[in-house]
Amino acid sequence: MKRRYKLWATFAVLAGFHAAILFAGFLAPYSFSAQDRDAPYAPPSRIHFFDSHGTFHARPFVYGMKDDPENYGTYRVDFQQIYPLRFFVTGAPYKIAGLLASRTHCFGTAPGHVFLMGTDGYGRDQFSRLLYGGQISLAAGWIAAAFSILFGAIIGGLAGFYGGWLDDILMRGGELFLALPWLYFLFAVRAALPLQVAQWQVFLLLVVVIGLIGWARPARLIRGIVMSAKERNFVTAARAFGASDAYLLRRHVLPQAYGVMLTQMTLLVPQYILAEVTLTFLGLGVGEPMPSWGSLLASLQQYYVLASYWWMFLPTVLLIPVFLTYYAAADALQERVKSVAL
Amino acid sequence: MRYLARRSAHAVLLLLAISVFSFALLQWAPGSFFDSMRLDPRISSQTVSGMRAEYGIDRPFVVRYARWLSSMLKGEMGFSFAYGTSVGPLLCVRARNTLLLTSSATLLAWLLAIPIGIWGAASKGTWGDRACGMTMSALLTIPDLLLALILLLLAVRTGWFPVGGMVSAGVGGVDFWSRVADVARHLILPALGLALATLPILVRHIRSAMIDALESPFIGAARGHGIPRARLLFRYALPAASNPLISLFGFSIATMLSASVIIEVVLSWPGLGPLMVQAILARDVYVVIGVVMLSSVFLVAGNLVSDVLLFMSDPRIRVE
Repeated sequence: MKRRYKLWATFAVLAGFHAAILFAGFLAPYSFSAQDRDAPYAPPSRIHFFDSHGTFHARPFVYGMKDDPENYGTYRVDFQQIYPLRFFVTGAPYKIAGLLASRTHCFGTAPGHVFLMGTDGYGRDQFSRLLYGGQISLAAGWIAAAFSILFGAIIGGLAGFYGGWLDDILMRGGELFLALPWLYFLFAVRAALPLQVAQWQVFLLLVVVIGLIGWARPARLIRGIVMSAKERNFVTAARAFGASDAYLLRRHVLPQAYGVMLTQMTLLVPQYILAEVTLTFLGLGVGEPMPSWGSLLASLQQYYVLASYWWMFLPTVLLIPVFLTYYAAADALQERVKSVAL
Repeated sequence: MRYLARRSAHAVLLLLAISVFSFALLQWAPGSFFDSMRLDPRISSQTVSGMRAEYGIDRPFVVRYARWLSSMLKGEMGFSFAYGTSVGPLLCVRARNTLLLTSSATLLAWLLAIPIGIWGAASKGTWGDRACGMTMSALLTIPDLLLALILLLLAVRTGWFPVGGMVSAGVGGVDFWSRVADVARHLILPALGLALATLPILVRHIRSAMIDALESPFIGAARGHGIPRARLLFRYALPAASNPLISLFGFSIATMLSASVIIEVVLSWPGLGPLMVQAILARDVYVVIGVVMLSSVFLVAGNLVSDVLLFMSDPRIRVE
C-alpha cells in the first residue's frame, strides 16, 4: 500500500511541475525576452504585507527600486513607491503549447515590476525565463528519452526475438555505444552539426543525437526481457495459431517490457535534461534569446556575476527537487515492476 | 594469459570501430575550418582550395582515413588547423593534466567511499546510515555543473584556493617541490568536485555489496566463532564484496571522464575538456577526433584493467 502511495505521490508532483512549465505563459509575469533596460541584475523583489510604517495591507505589494548612488550597478528599495500585486492581469500576449492564445497572466503589477528571482544582465525576469526555459529543457529530455527507448525497443526486440547472428551484430554495436565516453561523443556529434543554423533545427538535431547515443542500455534490458518473454506459453500458443512475427512482437512480447521501458524512461529524462543543460551552458546548444535551463546558468561563467549576484544560482537550485522527484519516481516504478513480475 | 590476449584484442577492435565511426561522422559533417576563410574577400578562392588540397581534405574518405590512421600510429594523430601543429603533442599535455585530475579524483573518491560504504553497511538501518543515505541521494541529484559552480564561488569568495588554472604565474624558476605544492593547491578544487560527483554512486554500490556479503551464511559462521567485528568486516566481508566493486571501478572511469569535461571547463583546468569545446567551436576536426579517441582509450583501458583485476581476484572466472 505504501509503495503504491509513493509512486502516485511522485507522479502527482511531477505532473505539477510539468503543468507549471507547460502553462509558463500564464504563470510567468513577463515574456522570456522582455528586457527592462533600467534594471540589469536587479535582486529578487520581496513581497510585503506590511509597509514601512507597519500598516497592514490585505493586498500584497512590492516596493519600487532606485539606483544606489554610492554603489554603481546596485539598487536600493524605494519605500515611496508601492506597487500592489494584481492577479489575472492583462499583459504581453502568449500562447500555451502553441495553440491557446491569451493575454491574462496569473499575477503582475500594473506600474513597476515584480521579479521573483531577480533579473539577468539584460534586465529579463529570471522567474519567467526559468518557466519558459523548462519548456525547452524538459521537451529535450522527454523527446530524447523517447528516441532512446524507441530505438532500444526496436533493436532490443529484434535481437532478443530472433537471436542468432542478428543478436550478435546488434549487441556488439550496443557494446560500442556503451564503450564510448558519451559526453565526449555527444560533443563530437555536436561538432559535426553546423554552428549557424536555425534555433529549432539545433534543438531537434541535439535531441535526436542525445537520444540516439543512449539506445544501448535500454536495448540490452529489453533484449533480456524479450528473450524470456518469447518462451512464455501464451506466445507459443499464439504462434501455433499462425500469428506473424510482427504481431507476436507487438501484441505479446513487447508489452511484457513496458514496465522496464517506463522505468528506463524516468531514469533517462533527468540524465538527458542534464546533457542539454551542459551543452547549452557551454554555448553548444540552443542559443539566445531562447531560454533553456543551461543558458540561464551561462552568465555564471563570469566571475563578477558568480561572486556578486547570488540569485543567478536560484534556477539551478530549483532544478534539484525536479531531479529528486524523477529519481524517486524511477525508484518506485522499479519496485512496482519487480513486484508485478514476480 | 589467453584471457588477457582475448580481452586486449577485443579492446583494440572496439577502438578501431570507434575510430571509423567518429571519423566518418566528422568527415561528412557540413562546414569545415576553411569555410570562414572563404567569406573573407582578402583570401582568394584559389588559396582556400590550395589549402584544402594541401591538407588533403578533398581526397576520398578511405584515403583520408588511411592517412589519419597511419599518422595516429606515428603518434601525430592528424593535424590541427587552428594550432598549426600535429595534434599528438597538443593532446599529450592536455591528456596528462586530465589524467592527473581524474586519477587523483578517483583515489580521493574511493578513499572516501570505501569507509563510508562499509560503515553504512555495518550500521545498516540506524539513523546515521539513513542520514548518510539521504546526503548521498541529495549529492546525486546536484548536477555536476552546479557543483563546479559552487566550488568556483567558494574559490572566488574566500580566496583560499586559486581560481582556475594549474600553476601560478611566475612559479617557473622555483625548485621542484614548491612547484609540486603549487600544482597540488590548484588541483584541490577540481579533484574535490570530481570526487563528489562520483561519490554517491560508489557509496551506494559499496554499501549494497557489503550488505550482501555480510548477510551470507559464512559471515554468520565466522561471527559464531567469535571473530572480532573489525576483522570480520575488513578481512572476511570486504574481499567477498570486492567482486562487483572491481567492475564498478571500470564503470566509474566512464563517469569520471564525462564529469571531468564540465568541471575542467568551469574551474579552468587545462585538460581535454576545454580543448574539446574550443576545437568544436573552431571546427578543428582532428583535435575533436583525437580527444574522442583518447578518452575512449582511457575508458577501454580502464575497463580492461578492471577485467584483468576481476580475473585475478575471482577464481570462478578463471575456470570459465
